[in-house]
Amino acid sequence: MILCWLLFVPFIGGLLCWQLESRHAPSQVPRWIALLTMLIVVALALWLWVTGDYSLAGGAVGNAPNWAQEFRLPWIDRFGISFHLAIDGLSLIMITLTGFLGVLAVVCSWREITNRIGFFHLNLLWIIGGVVGVFLAIDLFLFFFFWEMMLVPMYFLIALWGHSGSKGNTRIGAAMKFFIYTQASGLLMLVSILGLVFAHYSQTGVFTFDYVVLRDTPLTGAIAYVLMLGFFIAFAVKLPVVPLHGWLPDAHAQAPTAGSVDLAGILLKTAAYGMLRFAIPLFPEASAQFAPVAMALGLIGIYYGALLAFSQTDVKRLIACSSISHMGFVLIGIYSGTLLALQGVIAQMVAHAFSAAGLFIISGQIYERIHTRNMREMGGLFGRMGALPGFALVFVMASLGMPGTGNFIGEFLILFGAFDIVPWVVVLASGGLVMAAIYSLVLMHRVYWGTPKSEASLGGLDPREYSMMLLLLVLTLWVGLFPNTVLDISQTAMTEVTDWFAVAPLPTR
Amino acid sequence: MNQFSTHLLALAPLAILCATIVTVMLSIAVRRHHFTAATMTVIGLNAALLSLLGVLQVTPIQVTPLFIIDDFSLLFGAIVLVASLACTTLAHAYLETLPDRREEFYILLLCSAGGALALIASRHFASLFIGLELLSVPLYGMVAYAYRDRISLEAGLKYMVLSGAASAFLLFGMALLYAASGSLEYAGLIEGLANGGAHQSWVLIGTGMMIIALAFKLSLVPFHLWTPDVYEGAPGPVSAFLATVSKVAVFALLLRFFTLAAPATHDWLLTLMGVIAFASMLVGNLLALRQRNVKRLLGYSSIAHLGYLLTAIVAGGELGTEAVGVYLATYVATTLGAFGVVTLVSSPYSGTDAGALHHYRGLFWRRPYLAAVFTVMMLSLAGIPMTAGFLGKFYVIAVSVESGLWWLAGGIVAGSAIGLYYYLRMMVILFLDEPGESRRDAVSGWGQQSGGIMVLLLAAGVAVFGIYPQPLIALVNAAGMAGG
Repeated sequence: MILCWLLFVPFIGGLLCWQLESRHAPSQVPRWIALLTMLIVVALALWLWVTGDYSLAGGAVGNAPNWAQEFRLPWIDRFGISFHLAIDGLSLIMITLTGFLGVLAVVCSWREITNRIGFFHLNLLWIIGGVVGVFLAIDLFLFFFFWEMMLVPMYFLIALWGHSGSKGNTRIGAAMKFFIYTQASGLLMLVSILGLVFAHYSQTGVFTFDYVVLRDTPLTGAIAYVLMLGFFIAFAVKLPVVPLHGWLPDAHAQAPTAGSVDLAGILLKTAAYGMLRFAIPLFPEASAQFAPVAMALGLIGIYYGALLAFSQTDVKRLIACSSISHMGFVLIGIYSGTLLALQGVIAQMVAHAFSAAGLFIISGQIYERIHTRNMREMGGLFGRMGALPGFALVFVMASLGMPGTGNFIGEFLILFGAFDIVPWVVVLASGGLVMAAIYSLVLMHRVYWGTPKSEASLGGLDPREYSMMLLLLVLTLWVGLFPNTVLDISQTAMTEVTDWFAVAPLPTR
Repeated sequence: MNQFSTHLLALAPLAILCATIVTVMLSIAVRRHHFTAATMTVIGLNAALLSLLGVLQVTPIQVTPLFIIDDFSLLFGAIVLVASLACTTLAHAYLETLPDRREEFYILLLCSAGGALALIASRHFASLFIGLELLSVPLYGMVAYAYRDRISLEAGLKYMVLSGAASAFLLFGMALLYAASGSLEYAGLIEGLANGGAHQSWVLIGTGMMIIALAFKLSLVPFHLWTPDVYEGAPGPVSAFLATVSKVAVFALLLRFFTLAAPATHDWLLTLMGVIAFASMLVGNLLALRQRNVKRLLGYSSIAHLGYLLTAIVAGGELGTEAVGVYLATYVATTLGAFGVVTLVSSPYSGTDAGALHHYRGLFWRRPYLAAVFTVMMLSLAGIPMTAGFLGKFYVIAVSVESGLWWLAGGIVAGSAIGLYYYLRMMVILFLDEPGESRRDAVSGWGQQSGGIMVLLLAAGVAVFGIYPQPLIALVNAAGMAGG
């Protein structure tokens, strides 16, 4: 039942925000409601974290997975679709992350969003609700339902409260691109889901969309490969993997800060989650066959993202492109399939969510002060903005994988874990770390050092901004110094994924 | 109950409609009164709808060689009647200020609805033709009802001329089929062919011609050219009627024809239908991309939707029939809602309807609930989860995957992706706050009017069935088609 609350609290909170907004004077009521809603989500998630049992117990292939909690209601009997929620370590980590970033998204738009506050928070909270649904849904239909549903509020967020950039680069265009990319690839996934369901139906005569049942569908080579590709493409667009990344820089650059935080922090993670939860366990053999291609794409992503990041002049675009590079590591980690690398993927996702959110919030705060995101017009900001550049330095260091931050743990574990399987990929990917150092330092240099445009102080951080930054800082360092807090929780779930992968011998082994 | 009264009961909905037509006509002869005519129409349609419950006791039953009343025809009849009812409520607010005679509109609408009922229940070429003409001929008048507006008159004429050509195709096709098989009943075609069997090519040509005629009515590519002009020119309520009642009736007929008449399921014809479906999805969506007029846009989108739906007929089978039922129900609700909002914004009549996109700019901040309804309808047309439209899309993709028609599944995916562009553009315009060039608004009390309540109910229905579709699926499943 607590899973239902987790899911519905954001939706209800969103509606309240919209309805309780005063029609005449702009009021702060929706902000407080939204903040309260997100705090409830975080509290519920932490409660699950503390009380649940996520320790390793069995987890062999073919056994029922170790859900800590489950909730099931019949929904559409005609196709054996049920409203089936379940949580294990992997989902719990993702949901807690969603909760934290949700709080940040609400807080960081406190001053940025001044019009249509109620409707803004409706969209913001519904994104969170949709994402929580994605992480909880265990029925493929339900998963798809939330997967598509979260696009609509995100679309509104970018299209209505975004920034219009240069000519031909409007917020509506960016929102449209984001929506069409993800929706079209999502429909491919729907075709794949239906293909899988009908394959199962023709073998057993039972319609079901249940993940646990469908996992055991024996599929032969070609059809499994094609169906797996349908899933992979949908997730690859969202992650993003390089040839399909076209929407990401625009969407990030044009979105309001809260939108960027949500996009980089959690929406990209739904894709990695989808691969870990669905693409690999449903099609282990096909995924194993596909692994070399996926890892090659990951490599391309690491380098291409870094090159793109290097050549940007817009701060937010730079951070967005660096996400492409970081997600390349995640892709390599997922498809190398060792427990160590998969644990690294979890750490990398969590750490990247915090560091990217931090950088986006900082660029939002800079924008509020100097009204530009163009790095050519910045320079010399160090010392003019109170503690902000200091925080920025920490997050930039985190983003380039400095030891002590969570990102280091993530990248290190991924590379270390994958080395046994694909040494050359790891060798090449390590080069990406150098690139990361270059663009990160370039960012730091162009924005904060150099000749200042003026000496006037731009105002330091107020308590709200300060506490946001401090929270993110603590979390980044916490994941870096005590990664086991997270990794213990995900251990069981990741072991299961490894088991699925182990069924199919890796061709590269 | 003896046989005669059972048959009479089975035809009760049609009979009630005819009685209503006569009553409205007489009342107009006595005294013209807009409200009275509209009220009588509403009562008549509701009575016909209620009588369906009674007919449920006697189905399936064949009434004369012409009609078969089964659960299938009751389901689609109910959809037609509900849609007609919705159009009537819209028409009442819309026509209030028409500087002309308003009452005859309801007679035309009732005639057309009667034709639709006849068409849905037909099992014989004679009833097919009568039903189709009874459906179409009043529509010419309805499309051109605001004839002082040139665009409406032009649309009416265009529809009449092209519709006449389609009828000619239909008759020729029927004649060829009759010559080949010696039977005018759909089911009889098979026997006739088994006995004679010599004129395979005549049968193919005849069926092909019938498909052309029906494809014209359904505005499938390449017979779609009239659609945007007529949708744009016709008064709002008529566009809604055209997009729902006429499409549902013709599609139900097409499905029955394909199920009952074996020659129609020839491989070659199915491939042809597949190509038509594929072309409709792509062409409809591509042409809609550059439209600046909401009614034209909805016209093109209906071409695409009928393309998706045709997939279900190509795939056939039990799931195909179910998909048609579910898709049409959701499509009708969505289209009625979309045209309903357009009509409400254009009501009461004051010249050309508010079609241009800029009329809708910022509607959300002026009329939040009306714009919310429109948003839901756009999302539903685009097939986004949480709306009924998604259920329909889910069904057609499921059907095409089940029958291994991967190219059609690919077409649906591609079409939907293209379609998103204009649905989203339409949707986001509602939320922009820059002032438009000329705003038009629904009247301030629109929510209390019958048309307003109707679109709110439709939006609620679309949302509810999007989230909990089980009742709808069960209903459609119960409405099986009787053989023969």
